[in-house]
Amino acid sequence: MNNRVFFCYLLAMAGTTYLIRMLPLVLCKKKVQNRFVRSFLYYVPYAVLGAMTFPAIFYSTGGLLSAAVGLAVALVLAYRECSLLTVAASACCAVYLTELIQRLLA
Amino acid sequence: MTKTCNCFSQGIRDGLPICLGYLSVAFAFGIFSVEEGLKAWQALAISMTNVTSAGQLAGVPVMVLGLPIYEMILTQFVINLRYALMSISLSQKLDPGVRLLDRFVIAFLNTDEIFAVASGREGMVGRRYLYGLILTPFLGWSTGTFLGAIAGNILPQAVVTALGIAIYAMFIAIFIPPAKHNRAVLAVVLLSAGMSCLFHYLPLLQGVSSGLTIILCAVIASCVLAMIKPIPEEDSAHE
Repeated sequence: MNNRVFFCYLLAMAGTTYLIRMLPLVLCKKKVQNRFVRSFLYYVPYAVLGAMTFPAIFYSTGGLLSAAVGLAVALVLAYRECSLLTVAASACCAVYLTELIQRLLA
Repeated sequence: MTKTCNCFSQGIRDGLPICLGYLSVAFAFGIFSVEEGLKAWQALAISMTNVTSAGQLAGVPVMVLGLPIYEMILTQFVINLRYALMSISLSQKLDPGVRLLDRFVIAFLNTDEIFAVASGREGMVGRRYLYGLILTPFLGWSTGTFLGAIAGNILPQAVVTALGIAIYAMFIAIFIPPAKHNRAVLAVVLLSAGMSCLFHYLPLLQGVSSGLTIILCAVIASCVLAMIKPIPEEDSAHE
């Protein structure tokens, strides 16, 4: 692929992605008054998070078991309201250790 | 009045776990791009101009196979349409001090994770906070891609797979605390997650792209909860 073709694809790709993100953020400047729409928008972030986390988290590591251990650690620490960094780093360590033990036992 | 979070250093602090997660995801993207036949600088250019994992992973094969440009646009549109929903939602969180120019910049980095963290803050978010928030994830995303592309084997595989869970653990850390205090939030998370699992496991629904799945689950779950448990009138949205 020569550079000219690459940049054409890049422009189409980046341009489409940016317009989708930019237009609503620039055009929606007023506070929504309608109660239903406000409620809807209040719930959207949590709904998005739920859909993005499950079931994807189970396939985010080297295996189902280590992912389940990482998930459990994240749930407990998040329930205790630890910081984002603490929860993320602890889950990674839990996954690493689980997979290490699995390799040692195998 | 609702309070505004507008502290640059707080933004940096909140951005760090995203940066950590991005390093590993971008690293994998870098390896993938080179394996598909792109050069390292091309992978870096894609990451720096798109900043979206699913879209980029889908876009590279379109390039490499030389498919028509309209297919690239269509693929990106379907996968990334969820960002329109997120941008509308984020627009309601922005402090009045966020100017038009700021919106153009912030929109560029309105990724799933940055959107999620900004939404998780109580009250409104200001421009300084947002600039702090987007800085390190952008650096992590670019650096990770480049490292993956030039030296895919410098990090042991065990570390790469362990880092894979970082972003999801962070998502959990964002929605669990409010779900603990508000049953409606818990309900919307469970409903949306349940539907997402149906899309993943039911053969009939597996053809739906991951981007579209997120939109459908989020829209349906949010509509249901907005109908049965509307938030209280004005100024108490974060009860």
